[in-house]
Amino acid sequence: MDITPTSVESLVSQVEDGAMIALPPQYSNCSLVMARALIRRGVRDLHLVGVPQMGLHADLLIGAGCVSVVETAAVTMGEYGLAPRFTAAAKAGTLKVLDGTCPAILTQLQASEKGTPFGVLRGMIGSDLLKHRDDWKVGENPFAENDPIVYLPALKPDFTMMHALKADREGNIWLGVRRELMLMARASAATLVTVEEIVDENLIADPVTAAGTLPAIYVSAIAEVADGAWPYALPGGYREDEAHLREYMTLAQTEEGFQTYLQRFVFDGEPRVAAE
Amino acid sequence: MTTPTETPTVRPEEVLIEAISGMLAGLSHVAVGASSPIPGAAAFLTNSRAPTKTRVSILGSERNFFNEGARELFDLAGQGRIDAFFLSGGQIDGQANVNLVAVGDYRKPKARFPGSFGSAHMYYLVPRVILFRWEHSRRTLVEQVDFISAPGVSPANVHRPGGPHALITNLCLFDFDRQRARFRLRSVHPGHSLEEVRDQTGFDFDLPEDGQVPFTPTPDAATLETIRGPVARRLAEVYPTFAARVFDLGSAA
Repeated sequence: MDITPTSVESLVSQVEDGAMIALPPQYSNCSLVMARALIRRGVRDLHLVGVPQMGLHADLLIGAGCVSVVETAAVTMGEYGLAPRFTAAAKAGTLKVLDGTCPAILTQLQASEKGTPFGVLRGMIGSDLLKHRDDWKVGENPFAENDPIVYLPALKPDFTMMHALKADREGNIWLGVRRELMLMARASAATLVTVEEIVDENLIADPVTAAGTLPAIYVSAIAEVADGAWPYALPGGYREDEAHLREYMTLAQTEEGFQTYLQRFVFDGEPRVAAE
Repeated sequence: MTTPTETPTVRPEEVLIEAISGMLAGLSHVAVGASSPIPGAAAFLTNSRAPTKTRVSILGSERNFFNEGARELFDLAGQGRIDAFFLSGGQIDGQANVNLVAVGDYRKPKARFPGSFGSAHMYYLVPRVILFRWEHSRRTLVEQVDFISAPGVSPANVHRPGGPHALITNLCLFDFDRQRARFRLRSVHPGHSLEEVRDQTGFDFDLPEDGQVPFTPTPDAATLETIRGPVARRLAEVYPTFAARVFDLGSAA
């Protein structure tokens, strides 16, 4: 079965207000081109799930007013500092933050992946995270005496959004060393992928590439778009645009500066991508 | 205090890298999480001294020896296959509680940090967690944290093979005593003093048994060469900005 590649605008047109969207961490396969398209679409009340943490892609969507809930282990700009619009929204109390911890989010997605109602995880007991998470429960290990353990409900996002180096004609996605990203796609109801290029080889037929390939069975729609992770790096592709990220950090410190950024790099059209 | 043999060209970061590396010697597997360039450098230094003994995993690196990223990193910790890890905190208190979330009211905080990352799991499971906080001040080292991302100690019935081992800052190195839930000062970095540490620390801590506070040793010439050469180059893959700033090195990725 072939997947017919579509446009980025068509991908994000599937996302309704209030959708729960799983996003990769800031160091890996973020589709910034889809985040910008979501902002142009004017989607509202998104529930973002950081798997297990997020960066610029989340900060842009939060700053643009598209998000009402973030569920994540962190929102960070890494070496560049605090994520400015996330920080401002959290301090103003306008953003609901469901604070988590990396392996808890991964466990919740693994439960969804298995089709089981919950997963269990060590740690966390005594952390204030539990005080603020009504959905996480401390229970007993049924196979031992006096051994409390945390129960975490399965988490099934409506969408996973990611960017990858390549897809084949059947819709298999090459993740290479980032095969950890398969988890979020397997756990989500639908997965939208932008890729640098679509290739003729069958990625899953060749055992060498199969292990690093997200099977098409989990992939809902694909768009071919160059520089789709920009200004972030794409593992195996290109490095991050440090000058641009620094410019973002400067502008996004204020609401006014952030609006200037949005106008220049989001609403005035894709800055580095040729018109399709 | 004794007068240290100071090499004027040693950078403060390099003193910390050497000190942390000393706490990692002989371990099989050292893992480094997000935003930890100095611990990362220390782990690489340990590995370069004993390449067949100490494995290093860095979250976000494309050159780890496992292939399922963060998920596998936490699973390794859950099984006890990681010997040392690093955590920081917007606030760290005298009981080694770590706050990576917020200062003030959680729902409308005065300061908001990125979030807890993997702390609420790793702190319990990795035997030797080294706390790292560059800024040593009463703002960061407090009597009691406003939000506990992960507690320093746990009740006896909570499964906890791991926990805090030491705390290192830009001023000094503390050991942590899990039985007493208190820090004990081990050494003060060259150029700083016990008085300065007292002034800048918001919690009460113990002094060494003999009352003498030594200076933290500085790396020797051969170690400096390793740090500035192969260690800095490996670090640049994951922490290009830090490597460029401290070692004047561009990204090698």
